[in-house]
Amino acid sequence: MSSTIKSPWLIHYDASSCNGCDIEVLACLTPMYDVERFGIINTGNPKHADVLLVTGSVNERNINVVQQIYGQMLEPKVVIACGICACTGGIFKECYNTLGGIDKAIPVDVYAPGCAVRPEAIIDAVVTGLGVLEQKRAALAAGSLVEQTLPDCVTAADKFVDGQTIRDEALAKTQAQA
Amino acid sequence: MTLLSFALSLVGFGILAPVLGCLLAGIDRKVTARMQGRVGPPLLQPYYDVRKLLAKEDVSVNSYQGFYVGISLVLAILSGVFFFAGGNFLLVIFVLTLSSLFFIIAAFSTRSPYAEIGAEREIMQVMSYEPMVILITVTFYLVLGSFDTFAVLEQSEPLLLSLPLVFFGLLFILTIKLRKSPFDLSYSHHAHQELVKGISTEMSGRTLAKVEIMHWYENILFLGWVALFLVWGSWWAIPAVIGGVILVYFLEILIDNNFARVKWQAMLASSWAVALVCTVLNIALLVWIP
Repeated sequence: MSSTIKSPWLIHYDASSCNGCDIEVLACLTPMYDVERFGIINTGNPKHADVLLVTGSVNERNINVVQQIYGQMLEPKVVIACGICACTGGIFKECYNTLGGIDKAIPVDVYAPGCAVRPEAIIDAVVTGLGVLEQKRAALAAGSLVEQTLPDCVTAADKFVDGQTIRDEALAKTQAQA
Repeated sequence: MTLLSFALSLVGFGILAPVLGCLLAGIDRKVTARMQGRVGPPLLQPYYDVRKLLAKEDVSVNSYQGFYVGISLVLAILSGVFFFAGGNFLLVIFVLTLSSLFFIIAAFSTRSPYAEIGAEREIMQVMSYEPMVILITVTFYLVLGSFDTFAVLEQSEPLLLSLPLVFFGLLFILTIKLRKSPFDLSYSHHAHQELVKGISTEMSGRTLAKVEIMHWYENILFLGWVALFLVWGSWWAIPAVIGGVILVYFLEILIDNNFARVKWQAMLASSWAVALVCTVLNIALLVWIP
């Protein structure tokens, strides 16, 4: 067992959640759940962190922030989507102002659903994420780690509106003009 | 300080200090967790942390930050080697100050606003503890007539008996030096929150590992300073020093867990006041009560 999975440092970012999942993430650090038992520390600095916990769905305003934080983290790194909004967009999925789950912005390794996600589920997700972290560390040491590319930038206009995306409409218009 | 004692200290301090410092950091986290009603991480957690940091991707903001931190680490080790070789106490302090200056330069070199705030606060910390450190050497010379650290071994009683107030002053600035609350303005350990991560914001991977190892060396050196006040020329000094040093470190952990961070103005004013009052009173005691 390498040291990498014995000291996963966390950074958590609240994309646009109701703060319920955010509070549960912090609850993990309290004496009740005490994640420091596993060497986990909440750093608040992407350059020190190994695990990115994101709560809430991604939207036009914060997609750049999520991608920025992800980009500043050093390999090996793991992303965990905490809560149903971060996983799929949750009850805000069909809203005009959200883009959907965090995987619309950055590559996600582990999904932890729940509304709000329970601390046990978060701890479970982090422990699952450690397996991915170890694989990435081994790949980095062997020089075979492929940096994951960010998903194609989606916009709210890409979303399905009345059975047809706005982008398709725009495309059809330009084609008709040409 | 002879060449032989320097060589012995180089090997002894160079190898033993990180081992002891790592264990000390592990015990610190364990005791802190117990004080907060938690189980806490394994004893070797600081070692795992550094191993992990060394395995991270080697990326840096610029090419010289890691170099500055490396120089800072080498100077911190050198300072400890001089101290435990019985060298000049003034030299120990100046080399250590140079080490902390390089650490500050490393943070400034990144041009990151968060690292710069951390570096500014580190400067405030250096300004706060430096007068007391210089006054310790002054009173040290007044009592012993020498700046050599091994001069305490020729004493028939520990330095603590003639310099009790100066020892208190040392304990006061030790909280700054060990980066403990209420004076952990620029950088703190554990999961304390900062402005991002203070002076170490832009340091990652191997550079951060160097910083951690530097703290291990420094903490052992600072406990050496405490031992300087407790040791005298007798074999009985050994249990007294070990007991005293453990007690002091436990006290620091207790203070760390019971105080909130203060503003830099309060830190500067209180540490200068303590330095001035303690030293002047102690010198007066030395003069009038021989």
